[in-house]
Amino acid sequence: MRNVAIVGVGISRYGYRSDSNLAELAWEAINEALNDAGAGVEDIDTYIVGNTGVWSSEPLPAVVIGEYAGLQPKNGIRVEAACATGLAATRTGYSLIASGEADVVLVVGVEKMNESTTPQVVELIGRAGNYFWEFENFGLTFPGYYAMYATAYMKRYGATEEDLCMVAVKNHHYASLNPKAHFQKRITVEECMSSRYVAWPIKLYDSSPITDGAAALILASEDVAGKFTDSPIWIRSWGYANGTSNLSRRSDFIGFESTVVASRMAYRRAGIDPDNPVKFFDVVTVHDAFTIAEIIGMGDLGLAKRGEEYKLVREEQTYIGGLIPVNVDGGLKGKGHPIGATGVGMIVDLVKQLQQRADKGRQAPISKGMALAHNVGGTGHYVFTAVLSVDKP
Amino acid sequence: MKTVILKLKRFLDGLFEDPLKLVDDVTDSSGLPVVPDQKTGDPIWVDVREIRMRYTIPIKGVYPYIDSLRKGRLAAAKCRSCGKIYFPPQKDCPRCRVSDMEVHYLSPEGELVTWTVINVKPLSFMHHKDYVVGIVRLRDGINVLAWIDIDDPAKLDVGVRMRLVVDKRPDENYITYWFKPA
Repeated sequence: MRNVAIVGVGISRYGYRSDSNLAELAWEAINEALNDAGAGVEDIDTYIVGNTGVWSSEPLPAVVIGEYAGLQPKNGIRVEAACATGLAATRTGYSLIASGEADVVLVVGVEKMNESTTPQVVELIGRAGNYFWEFENFGLTFPGYYAMYATAYMKRYGATEEDLCMVAVKNHHYASLNPKAHFQKRITVEECMSSRYVAWPIKLYDSSPITDGAAALILASEDVAGKFTDSPIWIRSWGYANGTSNLSRRSDFIGFESTVVASRMAYRRAGIDPDNPVKFFDVVTVHDAFTIAEIIGMGDLGLAKRGEEYKLVREEQTYIGGLIPVNVDGGLKGKGHPIGATGVGMIVDLVKQLQQRADKGRQAPISKGMALAHNVGGTGHYVFTAVLSVDKP
Repeated sequence: MKTVILKLKRFLDGLFEDPLKLVDDVTDSSGLPVVPDQKTGDPIWVDVREIRMRYTIPIKGVYPYIDSLRKGRLAAAKCRSCGKIYFPPQKDCPRCRVSDMEVHYLSPEGELVTWTVINVKPLSFMHHKDYVVGIVRLRDGINVLAWIDIDDPAKLDVGVRMRLVVDKRPDENYITYWFKPA
């Protein structure tokens, strides 16, 4: 297995992008990534498109983007793992290089969610679980699935709706410092608390928005990475796991077993102490599709003791300067959640963090040289975790 | 309109009628199905083709369990070889690698594990008022996800005793199952 470096990153503006179609949006990120790597389309051996689709009109996104970006006849395929599509696509790109199959791979995650109406999108994401047994008769929604975790967690550990809102306040704060983020405004706990319920106890301001966006990476083998950059960021390790499709087949609703399994796999492979991962990372992303997801995610990842995650949030320990900076790009909550782009966008920001070129006001201090990305598909249905490092493994 | 099937179709047709009428008029007068985006004013091409999806789902492998709903019972599948109970029911036991299942009627009594109230509904449930969805652990140790019939969800709590009802859902008029506080 060869080491794999990230030698270029790019990201589109996230948001309500009625100005761009799928391929144009993808190109916005691809072009920035190619520029960042000082590379051309001719340098790319093969490419992976992370896209969930269904709400957007093109059923073959990889060929549409390949033609638009001048990649054809190079081969590219779509990879899909619900909201974890971005890291799933990155893992596939990584494997192509690690195995020796390719030297340079373009990974682009892209989603055009606003080609469909909000009720249609609510329907389509609500079906993401087990359609026949949990949607057909019961009409669950994405916030509804997470709300069942929120109810169980809050009842068991005494966290409040204000605690959940504090996650939204933090993530909006960092989004306001990220010019590419969907939301550019800070919010208060009071504003969050007065927003309407979408799936009690989850409110609108606890929820990531319906976002259009794209993010891209240029991955290179250790043999050729030096051609593109003097400061590559290395993919140190991967972890991945799945949850049951039916939520009813899970035993409790206070965390995702899939995140526990995936993170321990990544930690073991990177030599990280699973009992104290905090001391290894300068900055992390935790998949915050909803505020409760960031809270339980911290416990699942071992960044906080189970049941005490919300206390770290209360004490502002997840801001820069605290115990562990979490989602300082604004997270899914503030930066936006263009499903297929989300995981790729996490990597884009963590690379910039580790290279100390994040936007003003949201650069975490880098002393350990390692970062963690955590990308969840559905409600713990798929989980991918990636450890990035400044030093070559 | 005997059941939810035609009722929902007419509801959805009605929901899209007015906005589509507008696009139809614009297309007729301007020659193209192009309208300004409601939020940004950007020109948007409104798809002139509509896709209608209604899946036909095979249930032969779990038919005894689906059919038991007509008898007012919720059934799981129990592996005759290892005794493992599967709910939702499935035809095959991957543990034993055999497909020898028997119908196991689930206890109608259990305790609430967690719940939510669906306030913002999916398109195909928009004809409903807010509904409560919960997960109940039955006496058999099996979890079942279903609606909870309760006027005031504030009365719910973890551990509240629940009773399963198998019947035709009012308004929708097909057999499904839900919980009521016991």
